[in-house]
This record gives sequence, C-alpha cells and structure tokens, in this order.
Amino acid sequence: MKIRATAAIMECLLEQEVDTIFGYPGGTILNLYDELYRYQDRIRHVLTAHEQGAAHAADGYARSTGRVGVCFATSGPGATNLTTGIATAHLDSSPVVFITCNVGESLLGKDSFQEVDTTGIAMPITKATYLVRDPQTIPDVMRQAFAVAATGRPGPVLIDFLKNVTAPDVMIDYEFVPWNQNRACSSIQALASSHALKAPEPDQGDIDTLVDMIAQSERPLLICGGGVVRGKADQVFRKFAEKLDAPVAITVMGGGGFPGSHPLTTGMIGMHGSQASNVACAECDLLIAVGCRFSDRVALDPATFASQAKVVQIDIDRAEIDKNVLTDHHIIGSAKRVLTLLNEKMPQYDHTAWKEHILPMRAPSVAEDSPKLTPQQVLEVIRLQAPHDTIVATDVGQHQMWSIKYLHFDYPGQLLTSGGFGTMGFGLGAAIGAQMGNPDKRVVHVTGDGCFRMNCHELCTVEHYGLPIITVIFNNGTLGMVRQWQSLIYGKRYSETTLDRGPDFVKLAEAYGLKGFRVTDRAEMETAFAQALACGSGAVIDCVLDIDEMVRPMVAAGSPITDFLLKEGSK
Amino acid sequence: MKKPLDTRRKLYTMCILVEDVPGVLSQVSRLFSRKGYNIESIVSGATDKPGIARISIELIGDELMIDQIAAQCRKLLPVKAVKILDEETCIRREIALIKVSCADRVSRDEIIQLVNIFRAKVIDVAKNALTIWVFGSQSKNAALIEMLEDFGILEIAKTGTIAIERGCNTIYDESKLKEEYEYGKNVL
Repeated sequence: MKIRATAAIMECLLEQEVDTIFGYPGGTILNLYDELYRYQDRIRHVLTAHEQGAAHAADGYARSTGRVGVCFATSGPGATNLTTGIATAHLDSSPVVFITCNVGESLLGKDSFQEVDTTGIAMPITKATYLVRDPQTIPDVMRQAFAVAATGRPGPVLIDFLKNVTAPDVMIDYEFVPWNQNRACSSIQALASSHALKAPEPDQGDIDTLVDMIAQSERPLLICGGGVVRGKADQVFRKFAEKLDAPVAITVMGGGGFPGSHPLTTGMIGMHGSQASNVACAECDLLIAVGCRFSDRVALDPATFASQAKVVQIDIDRAEIDKNVLTDHHIIGSAKRVLTLLNEKMPQYDHTAWKEHILPMRAPSVAEDSPKLTPQQVLEVIRLQAPHDTIVATDVGQHQMWSIKYLHFDYPGQLLTSGGFGTMGFGLGAAIGAQMGNPDKRVVHVTGDGCFRMNCHELCTVEHYGLPIITVIFNNGTLGMVRQWQSLIYGKRYSETTLDRGPDFVKLAEAYGLKGFRVTDRAEMETAFAQALACGSGAVIDCVLDIDEMVRPMVAAGSPITDFLLKEGSK
Repeated sequence: MKKPLDTRRKLYTMCILVEDVPGVLSQVSRLFSRKGYNIESIVSGATDKPGIARISIELIGDELMIDQIAAQCRKLLPVKAVKILDEETCIRREIALIKVSCADRVSRDEIIQLVNIFRAKVIDVAKNALTIWVFGSQSKNAALIEMLEDFGILEIAKTGTIAIERGCNTIYDESKLKEEYEYGKNVL
C-alpha cells in the first residue's frame, strides 16, 4: 500500500502503541506536524515551552511508565536544545526516541538556515542515530529505532529526517505491523543477525559460582542499582535480599528498586551515603552490585572501594564490567532473570550478627522539631500527606539528596531523578511527562530555587494541560550543594552561588495561573501541602529554608568511602 | 572467576568488522577519542563479504583498557565483530611509498641495491628521483627509510598497519555475525 511518508511515520508510531508525544514545532518539521494534525485523535501531542522541557518530559514519561518516550523537535536550535535532555536520558539508560527534521537534501552541508549536524552532535549521547535520506527506509528505521531504544540496556535513539523526505507528495510502500510481530521485518532481521535482541541468558556456571561465594560469605552487602529499576526487577530483588538476609544499600538511580522502608535498607551509598551503607561497604566480605556501574559518586575511590570484599557485578551490559571497579566475578544478564535463577538455587540465610552490627547505624527517620522549617520536615510532610504511590521528580542538588534520603520509594518509576548527568532543570519536565503517563497518580516535583529558575517556564505547560503537579521549592537563596562544597572545601568563599534575587515564586505561580504558597514553618507547610493536594490544579510551594543547611553525611570526591567530611545528624 | 589481566602496556591491533554505512569510520574513531584512547594508526578497507569493511586500529595500552574499548565498540550498531590481536598472535604489515632523490648514477645504483636487499620495488624512475614501494613489517619499513635518508627523502606516503591472525583462526570465529546469541557478548 502506498501512503504519504509522513503518514508512515505516524503509523509507525501507532505500531509501537505510542499515544503521547512531547515536542515543539518549527520550520523543517512542519510536514510532520501537518500530518500530526490529521492524527490528533490518535496521537496526543504535548507542547512544552522549550525543547529541553519536551526532552525531559519524554524521558520522565519513559521512566515512569516503562514505555518508550517520544519527542519531536525541529532542526538547528530545536535539535541542540534537545541535547541536554538526550544526554540525561543516555546516562540514566532511559528509552526515548527523539525525532528531528533537518534541512532538505539540496541545502544540506551549506550552512543553511537552522542547519546543524544533528546526528553528529547526538552520536556520543545516544545508543544509535539515523539520518534518513531515503523515504523508502522510513518504516525500517522507525522499527529499528524503537527496538534499539527498548532492548537490552535501554537508552535514547535519535532519528533525523531530511525535510524533502517528509514532503507531502512523497509516497512510500507501507504495511502496518504491530510491534510484537515486527521481528519478521527486514530491518529487525538485519539487526538481529549481529545484535542480540533479547536479554542474554545468564550462564549457569556463573550463577553456581556466585551461589558458592554467597555460601562462604559472612558479611554480604547488596547494592540496588538503576538496573533493578529499569529491569523492573524489584520483586525478585526483594526476595533475593530477604533470602540473603543482607543489608541493602541503594544508589541514587536504584531508588524504587527496593522499598525505602524495608528493614534491610541501609539507604543511599556513596558521596552522601548513610553511615550504615558506607561502613557496610568498607567492612563487607562480599559485595553484590545489581545493575550498578560504580560511578564516581558511589565508588568514590576505586582503589579502596570495598577493599575487604569480593566484588560481584550483575549487569546486562558487558561493557560495564570492570569499567570503574575491578570485580572478582560477574554475571551478564537482566537483573530479573539472574536474580530469579539465584533465588531458585540459594537457601535462606541468616546473617543476624552482621545485620546487628550495621543496621543500628541508620539515622532516625523522624524530623526533629524546630521553629525554622527544615528540609527533613518538608519531606516528612510530603511523605505523610501525599498518597503512598506518589511519583516524585527531583532536580539536582541538596534537595535531590534530601528527597532520596527522607522519602521512601517503593516501586520502579516512583523516583525520577537525573542521577548520571546531574541535569538541573530536569524535574519539572520529567514531572509533566510522568503526570501525562500516569493520570491516576499524584506527581510531586521537588526542586531548589536554583534548579527551578532554569526551566520554570514549563509551568505554562502544567497550567495549560491542567496537570495537578505540586512543585515544592527548597528555597534557601543559594545554590545549596555548591555552597556546601564552598563551605567545606573552599574556605567559605561563596563565589557566585548566592541567589539573592527574584522572582517571587508565589507571584510567578499566580502569573502562570497556578496556586502559590509560601511557607516558613512546619505547620504552614502542612496546611499549604494539604491545600495544594486538594485544589486539583498545579501548585507551587515556596519553602523558605536556612541558607546553611547541609546534606549529611558527606564524603569528599575521590576519598575512601568512610572518610566522612560531615557526619550524620551532627551540626 | 575473573581471568588475570595483563597489566603491561603494549601495542595491540584491534580489528573491527563494520557495516559499510556512511559515517561508520567517524563513529568508531569518535568512540576512541571520547574514551580518551590515542590511535596510533587506523586503516579501513573492504573485505571478502560485500557491504562489510574492516577497520584495523593500532593502539598502545594494557589488557583491561583494550577489553573495555572492545566492549564499547561491540555496542555500536554497525559493528559486526571485534578481534584484539597482540604481537605474538598475528601478522602485521604496512605499505610505504618513498620518493627519494638521486643526484647521480652512483646513488641511483646504490638505492636500487638497497631496494633489492629489502625486497622492495622501484615503481617510478625520473632523472633525479626514484619512487620506491615497500611492503613489510613496521620495523623493516622503518629500517629501509632510515637507509634511504642518506640520499634525501622527498616524500613518504604510508598506510597504517593491517593485521591478521596466524593459523586457521579468523575474526568470524567469535563474531556477532553468527546467528545465535552467545553468552558474554553485548546486547543492545
């Protein structure tokens, strides 16, 4: 059947059961948006204020729903505005297909208006890029792109269509093939000839070796990494942890992979890891890391990291093994499959003595009374008042670390945070994507005043689509995390981190047609948050905090994991 | 269990079979540069399989680094196979074209003698210059070039090193060209 090339692009999206896309139109992508107009009853387009917001929204949608996110942008500045969002998705292994259009073939390479080498720019921050010059290849490229984004270790893919490829008079051959039947399509076959399109089956010998290692271990520690979340392995991971009866440290990306309120949790590990996690890491004799790349924020000093332990890495990506920390053993496979096999072979263990040594080091999780509002109080109010399954999107910095420390995440996709790339301004876009993908859940966006300023223009998107997102601003009038480093390491020389400037966030919220609240103590926070939950529309709560609040504990970058620069709890 | 890694830095040759699509050489070389590895030489050429090119890259490093870069390479979509060859297991060759000046008949005769000793060839003759073709290992070619320096080298064009494994093993043995997935290789 011959159909318009642009219609084929839409049909290919429908093949993948895409019903929501995020984006921003422009000159070269006009043909695609013209086609979208005809498909508006089947594909909902969310127009953001800025392409970066659209990229983060597609990313947040993907992380919170487990489906592939889709994002449209035009050539040149549209495409370059996406790049921060693409890199964010790449470092956190989030499956997003980015679709851009470029100038036509006759203008390509001539420094034409809004022309940029989009695929060249995106190459190092994607799993794959496609430059489509031949309209006949559209179905092949679209199917392959979605397969690549979602398979194995997920990640972003970029497709750049030349404008002439999308011209309204271009007709191509097309047959609708649902995604679960498209393995027979030629492009997927071609890919399958060289790349495995399903997760590798774990090696039995490797599983047995680990079972033996566990049997010999007296002080095992588990690390729950982002792979548990992306692989939706939370149930088997929990069973594995309970059978192993070992403390579980959670990385930033692992939030939601293991219940935050579980009695075996020791909380975060690494730079702002809890004392329990970091001491356990230094003292354990067997460290099993699941879906964790031992980034420099976890394994601060690779040479001394878990120096008493045999390190075992379970990962789907062969290239992660031994990349940052040399391991003693590894198993390649999806977290779910590997842990299921381990659960079958492993007896129930009892490591009471080890647990009794480590678990009491955990800090009390109740916020202390204080006349001034504290970060922990804000988060405690959110934890107590918001529904149990509330999705939390954060930006980057102190509020991010506090959120991960004090809120409990119980299922994959509940915490949306830029752990790898550390993108300030990620949260609001991600919250929009999450709310679009999860209309029945509440979404809370926790941010700092610095981060919020970066992408607060997306409040217009929140208002326009009637999204009941609650933005909670940790407003301490400074770039808190940078100030914390300046306080501790740079002799209190606060170089360009003080944010003694506007806007008035309450008025800003009102200017966008949203509810605005300012709170200075716990009681006000309780009232404001209850009203925000009840009001049914988006709201912004400006929480006035002390400028010198710090994230505790803290280990300096590159230091041994138990060399605490700041201790837990102490002032 | 983990295999012991060779921590000595030495010259490795990495042979990469790729789909011959536009931009593939830049995709591979950019991976090296962004991971911070210096390429000593790089050669790309056709293979016996249509649409498949072979890129040979020489680099100095230890085994851990080479394993890591090979694993990263395997993740690139156009990459079909990666094989790491080291000095002991492979044959390496390069070609050089050397234009050398010869002022008179005596020096021309001397140059031709040298060329014969090195089993190189004179492929172009002019009144005051000879162009020499030499094929061999890097050290042999370097030795000839050193000898010719006395006569005055006008220009050199060299290929990078190409390499192939000794014996009956081939790059296809452990490659992703095989239909079935094998444990230990990269998935997407």
